[in-house]
Amino acid sequence: MDRNRLQHQVACMRRSLFDQGYLDEQFIQLEELQDDANPNFVQEIVTLFYTDSARLIQSIEQALNSRPIDFSKLDDYMHQFKGSSSSIGAKKVTSECTVFREYCRAENAEGCIRSFQQVKQEYAILRRKLEVYFQMVRQAAVAHTA
Amino acid sequence: MSTASSSAAWKTGDVVPDQFPAGLRVLVVDDDPTCLMILEKMLRTCLYEVTKCNRAETALSMLRENKNGFDIVISDVHMPDMDGFKLLEHIGLEMDLPVIMMSADDGKSVVMKGVTHGACDYLIKPVRIEALKNIWQHVVRKRKNEWKDFEQSGSVEEGDRQPKQSEDADYSSSANEGNWKSSKKRKDDEDDADERDDTSTLKKPRVVWSVELHQQFVAAVNQLGIDKAVPKKILELMNVPGLTRENVASHLQKYRLYLRRLSGVSQHPGNLNNSFISSQDATFGPLSTLNGLDLQTLAATGQLPAQSLATLQAAGLGRSSAKSGLPMPLVDQRNIFSFENPKLRFGEGQQQHMSNNKQINLLHGIPTTMEPKQLASLHHTAQSIGNINMQVASHSAQGSQNNSLLIQMAQPQSRGQLLSGDSVGSHAPRLPSNMGQPILSNGIAATRNGIPEIRGSGYNPISQASSMLNFPINQTSELPGNGFPIGSAGISSLTSKGTFQEGSAGFMPSYDIFNDLNQHKPQNWELQNVGMPFDASQHSSSVQSNLDIPQSVLVQQGFSASQVNGQNRGVGVVSKAMFSTVDSTEQGNGQNVNHHLNNLLVDNTVRVKSERIVDAGPANLYPDHFGQEDLMSALLKQQEGIVPTENEFDFDGYSMDNIPV
Repeated sequence: MDRNRLQHQVACMRRSLFDQGYLDEQFIQLEELQDDANPNFVQEIVTLFYTDSARLIQSIEQALNSRPIDFSKLDDYMHQFKGSSSSIGAKKVTSECTVFREYCRAENAEGCIRSFQQVKQEYAILRRKLEVYFQMVRQAAVAHTA
Repeated sequence: MSTASSSAAWKTGDVVPDQFPAGLRVLVVDDDPTCLMILEKMLRTCLYEVTKCNRAETALSMLRENKNGFDIVISDVHMPDMDGFKLLEHIGLEMDLPVIMMSADDGKSVVMKGVTHGACDYLIKPVRIEALKNIWQHVVRKRKNEWKDFEQSGSVEEGDRQPKQSEDADYSSSANEGNWKSSKKRKDDEDDADERDDTSTLKKPRVVWSVELHQQFVAAVNQLGIDKAVPKKILELMNVPGLTRENVASHLQKYRLYLRRLSGVSQHPGNLNNSFISSQDATFGPLSTLNGLDLQTLAATGQLPAQSLATLQAAGLGRSSAKSGLPMPLVDQRNIFSFENPKLRFGEGQQQHMSNNKQINLLHGIPTTMEPKQLASLHHTAQSIGNINMQVASHSAQGSQNNSLLIQMAQPQSRGQLLSGDSVGSHAPRLPSNMGQPILSNGIAATRNGIPEIRGSGYNPISQASSMLNFPINQTSELPGNGFPIGSAGISSLTSKGTFQEGSAGFMPSYDIFNDLNQHKPQNWELQNVGMPFDASQHSSSVQSNLDIPQSVLVQQGFSASQVNGQNRGVGVVSKAMFSTVDSTEQGNGQNVNHHLNNLLVDNTVRVKSERIVDAGPANLYPDHFGQEDLMSALLKQQEGIVPTENEFDFDGYSMDNIPV
């Protein structure tokens, strides 16, 4: 496909990700760090985020399933998760994490479980979108200019 | 996993000076791999030389292996293997590098904690590159302060130019900055070893002011007269090969500050502690904070305590003449250096001062048999503690805090295992009255001496002189646990007192603890006489324990302090001090030390009441929770395997393994 078109599509998608609140300023920071020495920096970081967060999500699941629920541990995990997601600019995911932590502090198990579902959902959505996005980026990079 | 990434060739020394801050050697510690990678990339973009590390322990060992290999450290707060604040304290104590904390947590209390623990900055995650671009200012600022010390202590030589340059122009003046920084940088980059004795080196070589050295220093100062003591003459009198005028100058500077502090003069602006303390909020009650502060100060001021200690020693036990040698009028009620503490000890509200004094006295009280280093270290600790206390007290609303601290303190003690409840622990915290022993037992196995009953008895105020003797030991051990050296006796008294001196003379809870310790010592002397026979019996066994106790106590203090408040820095120092003390005592001087300790403990108890309350405040509260266990373990560690000759301050973090039991 025409490179220009692809690049245009990439730009549009990127724009929508920001407009819809999936990504925030921090993502731009990552993009700015990308340079010739690290041409795939953003993708690498996001991939790293997936790996790390998958682990955290699992830990949180386990903690939520255990009885009695260890809220401080949960809070700890979520704190980490929140730190990571905010580092890559995952706006919606981060805000869901905040909600979760509120429930956690209130020791509201049900609230935690519910909000964690939200966290996972937002995480999944963002992940899908970013995968599509990066795929387009890669395609555009290798596409020939018509 | 720690990846060493060396991008710049800054270290080679042939760097163009004006490149600064490029090439700044940053160590970044974060357990989150995503953040770590992002930070690394950002820092590299800023042209810094980045080393990343995902574990605090690894970072610490890297720093230790290469003490001059980094300019600044950035660390996350929440880490699995070690609390970021603890790391912060360690670094502050051992390496005295600027540390920036970061966290996704932007809660006021956490940020405050960072401040009180000595972080030079706090970044909220997600960190932006703009925030990292300016971190070099912390490095420069710290060096600038060091230069200032130089100047103030009269060693203005080449450094003369430099500080002026920076001070004249605002840092916005690139020319000045460049010059100053470049010269500084250049110096730093040059071979450290070569620069050690070079007065132009910004990075002052870390001269270990051992007790002996400090004593020599103090003797020289006294001989010259504190007013006439100039570095050059002191150096001549000391006649120590390899010691430079600058070393002496900075030491003298710190010594003066210390003396001033003791006398209750407002903190010296140049004093690191001061800055900390002022920023401290009353909220950080736990002694640890105070201790932490102290530690920081201690760290910051380096050997100052040692100096004071030496002075004290030189002054002799209980001789107020020691004070006279001090430039600062020790007439202040606090009279730290005087043995007038005894008066204070018994419940005056002078807590802080007393503590200070006690600290000093402590040193005095310590029989000369104690190795100078130990004393110095104790002194250090005491000082730092005192400093912190002082500072804390002044700043925060000690009153309420103190009370809480006291109560807390009391609680731990009641537990009997302030220190961590380890076997030994039972000895110490509990009974002031008999203790004598192993209050330190918490960590000090040796302290078991026979004060078993103490354990059970819980905390009895130091009513009994004889018991007091032992008590001190207990106290010491206990204190650490609680963070309050008050030991068992102290605790009870503390709570009862409840008179925290809020702000009285700026007692800082943490300070008190140390002070108490120290104070106890002087007091102990008094008590010693009383309880001589008692003590004597215990002596043999307790000697060790006594020694241990102080150590442990001190250490604990440091721990609690650090732990609680993250003022780890101080702790480190304290621990060291403790070690030395213990070591020496073990060696045979123990007896004397024991006495001292006992006295201290005893005194502490007594004093604790009045004073501790103050300390107990914020600082105490905290230590209880944290300090106890840590202290205990620290103590225990100490007990085990302390190397007798361990007088250096290079103990490995909190491992007191060397303390010969």
